Amino acid sequence: MLELKNYRTQVHNDWCPGCGDFGIVNAIQMTLLEMQLEPHRIGLFSGIGCSGKTPHFVNAYGFHTLHGRVLPIATGAKLANPSLTVIAVGGDGDGLGIGAGHFVNTGRRNLDFTYVLHDNGVYGLTKGQASPTLPKGLKTKSMPAPSIVEGINPIAMAIASGYTFVARSYALDVRHLKATLRAAIEHRGSAFVDVLQTCPTYNDINTKEWYAGDDLPSKAPRLYKLEETGYDGKVADPTVRDETNLKKGNALLKSFEWGEKIPIGVFFKVEVATFEDQLANRMPALKEKPFVEHDIYSRDISPLLDELA
Amino acid sequence: MVNSFTWMIGGPQGSGINSVAENFAKACIRGGLHIFANIEYHSNIKGEHSYYRLRVDSREPRSHVDWVDLLVALDRETMFGDLNKVHPTHRGHRHEVSPGGGIIYDSSLKLQPESFGRDDIKLFPVPYMDLLIDALKEFGKDKELSKYQVMVNTIALGASIGLVDYDFDLATEAIKEGFTGRKAALGDLNISAARHGYDYAKKMFGQNAFPIKLRKQPLGAKRMMIRGVQAIAIGKLKAGCGFQTYYPITPATDESEYLESHQPEYNMIVVQAEDEISAINMATGAAHAGLRSSTSTSGPGFSLMAEGLGWAGITEAPGPVIILWQRAGPATGLPTRTEQADLRFALHAAHGEFPRIIIAPGDVAECFYDTFDAFNYAEHYQVPVIILADKFLASTYKDIPLFNTDGMKVDRGDLVQEADLAKSPDYKRYQFTDLGISPRARPGLKGGVFWTTGDEHDEYGHITEAADLRVRMMKKRMNKIELAGQVIPNSKKAILHGPTSAPITLVGWGSTKGAILDGMEDLRADGIETNFLQIRYVNPFPTDFVQKVLSSSRRTVAVENNYSGQMAGLIRERTGIAIDSKVVKFDGRPFSQNEVYEGVKDVVRDGAKEVTLSHA
Repeated sequence: MLELKNYRTQVHNDWCPGCGDFGIVNAIQMTLLEMQLEPHRIGLFSGIGCSGKTPHFVNAYGFHTLHGRVLPIATGAKLANPSLTVIAVGGDGDGLGIGAGHFVNTGRRNLDFTYVLHDNGVYGLTKGQASPTLPKGLKTKSMPAPSIVEGINPIAMAIASGYTFVARSYALDVRHLKATLRAAIEHRGSAFVDVLQTCPTYNDINTKEWYAGDDLPSKAPRLYKLEETGYDGKVADPTVRDETNLKKGNALLKSFEWGEKIPIGVFFKVEVATFEDQLANRMPALKEKPFVEHDIYSRDISPLLDELA
Repeated sequence: MVNSFTWMIGGPQGSGINSVAENFAKACIRGGLHIFANIEYHSNIKGEHSYYRLRVDSREPRSHVDWVDLLVALDRETMFGDLNKVHPTHRGHRHEVSPGGGIIYDSSLKLQPESFGRDDIKLFPVPYMDLLIDALKEFGKDKELSKYQVMVNTIALGASIGLVDYDFDLATEAIKEGFTGRKAALGDLNISAARHGYDYAKKMFGQNAFPIKLRKQPLGAKRMMIRGVQAIAIGKLKAGCGFQTYYPITPATDESEYLESHQPEYNMIVVQAEDEISAINMATGAAHAGLRSSTSTSGPGFSLMAEGLGWAGITEAPGPVIILWQRAGPATGLPTRTEQADLRFALHAAHGEFPRIIIAPGDVAECFYDTFDAFNYAEHYQVPVIILADKFLASTYKDIPLFNTDGMKVDRGDLVQEADLAKSPDYKRYQFTDLGISPRARPGLKGGVFWTTGDEHDEYGHITEAADLRVRMMKKRMNKIELAGQVIPNSKKAILHGPTSAPITLVGWGSTKGAILDGMEDLRADGIETNFLQIRYVNPFPTDFVQKVLSSSRRTVAVENNYSGQMAGLIRERTGIAIDSKVVKFDGRPFSQNEVYEGVKDVVRDGAKEVTLSHA
C-alpha cells in the first residue's frame, strides 16, 4: 500500500504562501495515491513558470521542460512508452501563449494523457504581466494599464482542438480537483483540465474571496458544479456524429459562462481511438508491449537494399 | 566514344522528368555502368523549369559536369531559357551542349536550325505527340491523349536510348519496375511509348547520328541506386531508431516519408509535428524515455529547433539525432537549392554552452555509416548529434555497393536496468563520474525515478543555483565532448585523400567531396598535383590531425558551398592556421567537377585569395 509520503520529495518549495499551486500539487499527489499508481510508472511533465517546478515536488519521473514545450516532450515520451501514466502541467501563458500551437495540435492527436492548466490570469514568475486568459479590460496589481486584448477561453479552445475530455476545476477545492484529475487520468485519450487558480501575489482581482463571491450582493460562491445542474457532457455513442456535435455545442455554450456564475466539472467527454491505438493499427507489434521494450537494434535492412538494387 | 556521357532532360515541373531520368539511370546500372544523377528544380509545383542531369561512365563518377552531351528538351525553355523574365534563371541549356553533342526536341515546335546559334551540335527533332498517339493506338487509348500526355517524356527516353545505341531491354525492365500491381498496364503503355521513340530515332537519324555510345559492361556485385535521404533513413533503421518527427520542409521531407512508408515492416513511429519546435522536443522526449529518436529538417526548421537543442544539451538527453539538410538561406533563401552555410549555425545554435556532436558525411555511403554512428554517440555520450547534409546530397543519386553492415554494433551506453537499480537504491540521473557520463535510467524502471530540468540542477536533477554545483555540472557536460574527441579515432574524423604531400592541399567538407575528388583528376591531368583534406567531424574537431596535415602543406585552398568559407574559419579558430585561398560558390547550385578544376586553376594561375564560382 503506497502512502502519501511515497509521492513526495524533500525538495524545498519556494512558491508564495497561499499560492494555488499548492492545491494543485496536493491534489495530484492525492489522486496518484488514491489510484495507487506506482511512482516509477508515472511521468510528470511541466513547462516553465511557477507551475513548472511541480515535478520536483512529486516523487515520479519528472520532466521540467521548456517554456511552452511541455506537450511535445510529453508526447514523445508517451509514444516511446505508452505504459506510463503521463501528466503534463503548465501555466496559462505556457500553454495558451507561447505553447498555443502545441496545445491545439496535441488535442488533435488524442494521445492518452492528462494536461493540467494552472489558470491564474497572470505570468507570476516574471512578476505579474497579463496572461492569455486574463479577460479584456482588467488590470491586475502590477500591470501598468488594463489589458486591451481578449482573454482566451481554454475550455472552448480545448473542445475545438479535439481534446476528448474537457473539464474545469478549482485549485482551492482539492476534493473536486482530485475527483476531476482522477476522471481525467482514467479517461483514454487527451484529457484537459483547466484549473482556476489564485495568484495571491499578482492577481488581486480573481482572488479567493472573489471566487467565494464575497463581492456579490448575494454573497454566493461564483463556482458551481455542472454535475449538480443535470448537465451531462458525455457523448453516449461516439459513432453518432450529431450527438457529438450537440455535446460539443452545449459545452462551448457553457464554457462562455463567466462572471457571477462560473461552471466547473466535466464539460465534454467522448471515447474514441487514441493516437497510440491508431499507430498500433499500423504496427500491430506495438500492441504487445511498450515500444521502448522492443528489440529494434538488430533490424535486417537487406530487403531495403535489395529494393534499391 | 563509349561510356562517358552526360545526358540531361529538362522541362516544366510536373512533366515527369524525374521518373524517366531515374529509369534511364537504372537501366545503365543494370548494364554494369555507373551513374551520378542530380536534379535542379524551383520552389513551385507545376510549370517552372527543372532539369535532371545524368552522368554515365564506365568508372564511378562522383560528381557532375557542367556540359551535356545529349539534351532532351520537353519544352522550348529548356533550350532557350527564360529570358523573357525580369530576372532570368537560365539562358537555355543549348549553350551547355558539348561540341558534337545533340538536342532531342519536339519537332512540332518547328524551330529553325539557325535559331540554336550552334553549328557544332546535332539536332534531333522528334514528333513527340504523333509518336505518343501511335503508341496509344496500340492500346486503344489514343482518344484519351490528354490523360497520357505526360508520357512524351518516355518517348524522349526511348529516342535517347536509340541515339546512344543502348540496350533497349534494360530500359524496358526499368520502366516495368516502376509500374507494378494495378499500374502494370500503365507500364506496358510506357514501354510502348519508349519503343516508339527508340524506333523513330533509329529509323530517322540512323546508326551513327550521335557520336557517343553506351555499351553494357560485365556486371560485378549488386549495386544500389540510392540518394542521401534514403541512405540516412536506412542508417536510422539499422541503428535501431524507433521515432522520427518532422515538419514538412524541402529537402528533408523525403527522408521522413521514406521511413513512414516502411513503418509496418520496421515498427518505426513517424510523427508529423505542428512545427519544428515540436518536432525536436517530441524527439527529445522519446530519447529520454529510452527510445532512439531522430528528427529531420533544413535550415528554417533548424532555426526553430535551437531552443529544443539547448534543452537536450543541458538535460543530457541521449539524442535526438538531428539531420540538417542544408539549403540556401537565410530565411527562405533559395528553398530548393543547395548550400553549406549552416556549419557555424549547427556549431553554435542555442544559447549557452553544451556539448554536441556534428558529423558532415561527404557522400551517400557516408550518410549511411555516419547516421549509424550518430545514434551510438547520442546514447553513449548522452548528447544531441547533428548530421550536416544538404540538398545536393539529399537528392543526388549514385550507384554504390550494398552497405556493408559487418561489425556494425549498437552501443546503448550506460543504460541501467531494474536489477542494477535494485542494488543501488539512491539513483542519481546526473551522478558525477570520472568521465562525466552518468548511468542512464528510463521512465518506467522501478528504482530509477529521476528528474530532469532545463534549469541547472544537482545530481538528482533538481534545480540549483549554487555556484559550485554549476561549475561542476558545466565541467561534467563539457568534458563529454573532450572525451568523444579522444575516443573517436582520427580516421573517422578527417580523411586525407591523394598523396600524403602535394604542392596544393584542398580542404573541404560534406557534399563537395565528389566534385573535389573528380576535379583533382583534371588538375593532375593538367600537371597540378593536389591532395584533399576532407573534414568529416565538425565537432569533436580533429584538431591535431588537421594541424599536422595543414602545417606541412605548401598551399591550402578551401572549397566550400558558402559565401564566407565557414570551415576555413573554423580551421583557423581551432588550429591557428589560415587557409591561403578560398574557392566558394553560394548561388544555390552544387560544385561540378569542372568548377573545382577551374576554381583551383584560377588560384594557381593568379594566386587569387578568393574565387567565387557561379554556373547557372
